Amino acid sequence: MEKRAYLEQKAKEIRQETLRCIGSLGVGHIGGSLSIADVLAVLYFEKMNIDPQDPGLATRDRFVLSKGHGGPAVYATLAIKGYFERSLLLTLNQSNTNLPSHTDKNKTIGVDMTTGSLGQGFSAAVGMATAAQLDGSTLTVYAIIGDGESQEGQIWESAMFAGSRGLDTLIAFTDYNKLQIDGAVSDINDVAPLDKKWEAFNWHVQVIDGHDVLAISEAIDVAKEVKGKPSMIILNTIKGKGAYFCEGQAGSHNMPVSMEQVNEAIERLETK
Amino acid sequence: MKLHDRQLRDIYVDLLVEAAKKHPNLVIVEADLMKAAKTTSFAEVFPERTINVGVAEANMIGVAAGLSNMGKLPFTHTFTPFATRRCFDQVMLSVAYAQLNVKMVGSDPGIMATLNGGTHMSLEDVGIMRTIPTMTIFEPVDGVQLAGMFDQIIEHYGPVYIRLLRQEFPSIFRDGTTFTLGKAITIEEGTDVSIFATGIMVHEALEARKILAEEGISASVVNIHTVKPIDKEAIIAEAKKTGAVVTAENHNVINGLGSAVAEVLVENCPVVMERVGTLDHFGEVGKKDFLMEKFGLKAHNIVDAVHRVLERKGK
Repeated sequence: MEKRAYLEQKAKEIRQETLRCIGSLGVGHIGGSLSIADVLAVLYFEKMNIDPQDPGLATRDRFVLSKGHGGPAVYATLAIKGYFERSLLLTLNQSNTNLPSHTDKNKTIGVDMTTGSLGQGFSAAVGMATAAQLDGSTLTVYAIIGDGESQEGQIWESAMFAGSRGLDTLIAFTDYNKLQIDGAVSDINDVAPLDKKWEAFNWHVQVIDGHDVLAISEAIDVAKEVKGKPSMIILNTIKGKGAYFCEGQAGSHNMPVSMEQVNEAIERLETK
Repeated sequence: MKLHDRQLRDIYVDLLVEAAKKHPNLVIVEADLMKAAKTTSFAEVFPERTINVGVAEANMIGVAAGLSNMGKLPFTHTFTPFATRRCFDQVMLSVAYAQLNVKMVGSDPGIMATLNGGTHMSLEDVGIMRTIPTMTIFEPVDGVQLAGMFDQIIEHYGPVYIRLLRQEFPSIFRDGTTFTLGKAITIEEGTDVSIFATGIMVHEALEARKILAEEGISASVVNIHTVKPIDKEAIIAEAKKTGAVVTAENHNVINGLGSAVAEVLVENCPVVMERVGTLDHFGEVGKKDFLMEKFGLKAHNIVDAVHRVLERKGK
């Protein structure tokens, strides 16, 4: 299968499994999970040096979802990749689950860092990339932050340090879906211009369509060639992308969902 | 290594350098207070393993968590208020909740912030760290104790908060004294009252013991260097023996050593008790002696507390 079709197929599966996962519970962070499905498809099914049979391999690439509430999309990705059975996705947030709302490295096989309190995962990713730099390792640390999350001071503490240190072992993404819990990011506390901010912090910056798998793939290739700077790839995305009932709505951050909606959305993704 | 008549920060850095030779994964993560802790001399030996994030304590903890997540053994450092209240959520989640292995050094605890004043004076840091599950809290009394505990701190997997005095203090313990993390150490035996003390208050407790001895009162002095996990057995055994307890700490009496000891006693062996420490107020600028007198942290305050508990014990 040609690359675009293959990665688009994986992104579609991630969306469908994410919907099933959240649908099994009836409520969840749909919007910010679906907006990152494409970048997860490219990372886990093309770029990352990982092995589901050897999840603790020291030399593997790492991934940190700093916007930890996108956990369901990561769980869907890991299940499709083969880290665990897909049936486990139906245990999201159930008592004693291994799949909590926010990603937890001690609960879920394949999760590399515990996140959820915004800003913190990115800081840890910078520390992980620092370790890789100290060891002269060729591994890459990937991280996704949110646009709302970019209002956190710790993001910029970490950004300044990574830029100052020239951490080219780090490739980060901003899920720029322009919406946060209380409404439009631009109305609440505008993070724009994001590209200029990251450039000013001495990062290599690219701005792309976050739902174009080939654009994401090429941007990562470019980022990997950059020496002496960390990379920020700003993904222009749509919150809730792929779920007809909430696409582009701020209310999709954390919302109730019925199995009818889920099944209809999965069907529409299939026939699209 | 010389452990007497030296500043504790110098001993700390020597211990770090020695440990770094044995443990290739040991790194230090600093937030622009290297000159205060003298960790600059670690950087001279291990420049690559010195990571200074600048004035950004939250990121210092986050970066340290990330380093630990990749197998490094990070020691962070800043002043006690910034090591605790400033980055509580980072310590709680990125380190403790994530089950990572970061050793966090806070220097100039309590009134030892002296001329830096109220903003830099942490009278709550032990309380803050004590609320975090899995946290170990260690406050050395002197260089002998710091050195005696250092390997155990490294061998213990999990977050440790070291409440580090920087200056020079006369040694209480003889060279070669052995210590166990989590186990209190009795410095002087007594039969009438038990004084549990930590940090700089051990000196005051020993001074108080002398004054009390002249009055015919026999006081034991027990150093609780590890406030968490606290040595319940030692506290209960002392309380059963003397039936009267006084705690002494360079910290608010709320949430620190006094609270920790009271929790053990009330559930296991309720006896009369008094707590010596700061009485739920903010810090302020001043020299050490002025602050200790003003905040009620002197030997005579401990003596007064002993008189009060013994009066109640007698009733």
